Amino acid sequence: MPIWNMIKEIAIIIVSVVFVNNFVLSKFLGLCPFLGVSQKTSAAMGMGVAVTFVMTIASAITWIVYNYILLPGDTNIIAIVFPSIRELGLIEVLKTISYILVIATLVQLVEMMLRKMVPALYESLGIYLPLITTNCAVLGVALLNTTDSPTHLGFLQATVQGFGAGIGFTVAMLLMSGIRERLALINIPQPLRGVPIAFICTGLMALAFFGFSGMVQ
Amino acid sequence: MAEQSKLREFTKGIFEYNPMFVLVLGICPSLAVTTSVKNGLAMGGAATFVLICSNFIISVVRAYIPREIRIPCFIVVIAAFVTMVELLMKAYLPPELNASLGIFIPLIVVNCIIMYRAESFAYKNKPLASVLDGAGLGLGWTMSLCLVSSIREILGAGTIFGIKISESYQPASVMIMAPGAFIVLGLLLGFFNWLKLRKSEKALNAYMEHD
Repeated sequence: MPIWNMIKEIAIIIVSVVFVNNFVLSKFLGLCPFLGVSQKTSAAMGMGVAVTFVMTIASAITWIVYNYILLPGDTNIIAIVFPSIRELGLIEVLKTISYILVIATLVQLVEMMLRKMVPALYESLGIYLPLITTNCAVLGVALLNTTDSPTHLGFLQATVQGFGAGIGFTVAMLLMSGIRERLALINIPQPLRGVPIAFICTGLMALAFFGFSGMVQ
Repeated sequence: MAEQSKLREFTKGIFEYNPMFVLVLGICPSLAVTTSVKNGLAMGGAATFVLICSNFIISVVRAYIPREIRIPCFIVVIAAFVTMVELLMKAYLPPELNASLGIFIPLIVVNCIIMYRAESFAYKNKPLASVLDGAGLGLGWTMSLCLVSSIREILGAGTIFGIKISESYQPASVMIMAPGAFIVLGLLLGFFNWLKLRKSEKALNAYMEHD
């Protein structure tokens, strides 16, 4: 039953990136927005949704760029015009620049589309949307899906991994914002107030998430 | 006077504007690569190179960058230098070092420190000042990386620069894993805050007595 296998595979990818290899808590990606926007639960939710959205689409598009423009071989589209690229590919020199340009363009595009089609969501995301360009979790998932993946991922797997990573980011943000809303009410030693105590809480959360390790390879 | 202000552009990055402990920027790589001092140094060197070069180029061409599209322009300049540093590291450094830095070398592109200096310093200042500023902040960041990574390496692996410190010490390996990174940085930030608070308290007391 191929469909059953596919569902199983997708479920494993999602559980793996949400819990076992959570981007924030075990891969250290996207910490700036994680600490910057986790003071209120509503803001954390908005940021999480925006990042998940961009990460999913960015995973899909960078997968296409990687396989059809950057990788050497017969599938390379540019090789039709410049045959020398067929052997070398553009992966070494253009990887970083092409990915960051794809992400920056995508964020701009998403911003324009949301403003036109879903003004309510656009209003609620506000400033967080343009900031996603410099979120290292987005570029990180693009790299982990393509050049830095141990095995060659398919289009669906890469997109699902991007989506799952976004969900993992949202889960971590929501948990953290819940903790920080409580932290605001208690008496913490003066030097530890603000960012230091947030780091220590994140460390304890990461320790708790260790419990998931070994669940999925 | 001019000499002194040049020196200040350089030294402010080490203490007053320390990227890790004062500005709290670029945290992702600070935590991910500080598992050993060697990794911390390599990462600091790579980021400093990119910071100096991108500050210089942006400062040289700043008159030609329109204000509306400055961010994409900065990103392209930074990405070009990151690609250079990545290829250089692949060519000249041992492969296991490259493997342990992994995706964090290409991720220098989105390192907030570099973008922050491009936006708030290089875009407004002359090339020489921008280079000194980049070198100072880069050095400040590298020193902070060394501090965090030496603590984590000593506690988590019982070694420093790969040399064993004591036969009887049983390393707490959680320190080189994710939770240790967060806790070490949190406590260090708390410690520097405490120093700062104590200093301002002393200054206040001295002022009161003087009155």
